[in-house]
Amino acid sequence: MSALLNVEDLRVTFPTRTGVIEAVRGVSFTLGRERLGIVGESGSGKSQTGRAIMGLTAEHGIIDAKRLDFNGIDLLKASKAERRALRGKRIAMILQDPKYSLNPVMTIGRQIVETLRTHEPVGRAEARKRALDMLAAVQIRDPERVFDLYPHEVSGGMGQRAMIAMMLIAGPELLIADEPTSALDVTVQLDVLDILNRLVAERGMGLIFISHDLRLVSSFCDRVIVMYAGRIVEELPAAKLSQAQHPYTRGLLNCMPEIGADRHPLPVLDRKPEWRT
Amino acid sequence: MTPALAIDGLSVEYDEFVALDDVSLTVAPGESFGLVGESGSGKSTLLRAVAGLAPVSSGTIAVDGQKLGAKRDKAFYRKVQMVFQDPYGSLHPRQTVDRLLLEPLAIHGFADTEGRIVRALDEVGLGASFRFRYSHQLSGGQRQRVAIARALILEPSILLLDEPTSALDASVQAEVLNLLEQLRATRNLTFVMVSHDLAVVTHMCDRLMVMQSGRAVEELASDDLAARRVTQDYTRGLLTASEGFRRDSA
Repeated sequence: MSALLNVEDLRVTFPTRTGVIEAVRGVSFTLGRERLGIVGESGSGKSQTGRAIMGLTAEHGIIDAKRLDFNGIDLLKASKAERRALRGKRIAMILQDPKYSLNPVMTIGRQIVETLRTHEPVGRAEARKRALDMLAAVQIRDPERVFDLYPHEVSGGMGQRAMIAMMLIAGPELLIADEPTSALDVTVQLDVLDILNRLVAERGMGLIFISHDLRLVSSFCDRVIVMYAGRIVEELPAAKLSQAQHPYTRGLLNCMPEIGADRHPLPVLDRKPEWRT
Repeated sequence: MTPALAIDGLSVEYDEFVALDDVSLTVAPGESFGLVGESGSGKSTLLRAVAGLAPVSSGTIAVDGQKLGAKRDKAFYRKVQMVFQDPYGSLHPRQTVDRLLLEPLAIHGFADTEGRIVRALDEVGLGASFRFRYSHQLSGGQRQRVAIARALILEPSILLLDEPTSALDASVQAEVLNLLEQLRATRNLTFVMVSHDLAVVTHMCDRLMVMQSGRAVEELASDDLAARRVTQDYTRGLLTASEGFRRDSA
């Protein structure tokens, strides 16, 4: 199977007044048409990894890699225009909070239509029809009504569905979901994951699911990468999470309170300096 | 025994919108009580109503047997303090930790501010070296520790906790939860804790109330929840949802 995405020795650094910050320090993985989870805590570099692939690293950040290619396209050498053409069309990204990532002064329908017409030469009526179909596909019951609503007029779960619709309408081959459900209520979370799961399976997309929630990721993905301080500390099949070897992974699994488990005090992570290397 | 907190038929309305609808509960001294529900369930509104931050339209709140009036007096705030969800928004960005902790002491006319600040920082595991830092120089977990120190510096007997760990990483959450438990044990505090996370609430609290759209759905002991002795479908749904995603459910 040819890989959809090859990442080898990816480094993302940010020069600052007080020295260079290495957000990602040598990350390598390949992705096929599968679901890959990237897990880590704040500052582990998981989001910066996703952003580097998407081409959304902040202007002053420096991206360096031995290899970073998507379907044979070298992302490091691609021009800004080429990256723009890929972004949204073949690689799409779902962000954490629909409250901040949707355009507040544009109706949901217009935002979806805009995405579609940026990437495909379709007429107004056709675009509208496809947007409505897409809204129906993310299980919005009344697409006609939601099409004309502004982001502030819908709930968080509804907004996140609209965002998924917007990201999937151009039919991307790779979807990067950065904490797609962290801002949602638990019950809504499952609905959104259900929709994501079905669409990814139906369309045969590759998915990178970035999250801080190890349990959630392992229940959703095929494979999980655990990151700490900009590096991969462990990679394992999601089903074998309970057999994780690295003390960081085990610590992360252990420190969450569980219903019915009587553990007082909770075990805490004892961060070792050697995990960084 | 007089309950530490007794709420009877409490309602909160914002214009036409009923945020809290006829909710009653009692919390015994030294007990830890949890409120669970989704966004918009009224759980935070209930805490804010107790703290005097939400417009009560009907019902009564009593602390240690004393009914609260429309306006809270100083003595109330010495007894009841609150810790908010977002440690990034609840600390003054242009004040040092020292200044932040001095404020409540100055308002209430405490003596020996110096000693109290040092002790408060020590108690939350930060140490005196953090005293003259600004909040932007602290991590999320350290900020929440400062917020807890600020609440505890007046030696209150009741602590209102509004999602105290939901903005924190899992490992930092464990540290803060352990700290709260230990402080409750040493100071015999009463906790009322709001969270959307059933696991956190059952871990921290003896009893809990499940809320939905401003109403109480069910009140039960944490042990009953762990053993799935629940009577309401809504609670059952929350329990299932908190177990995580299952692909076969798709």
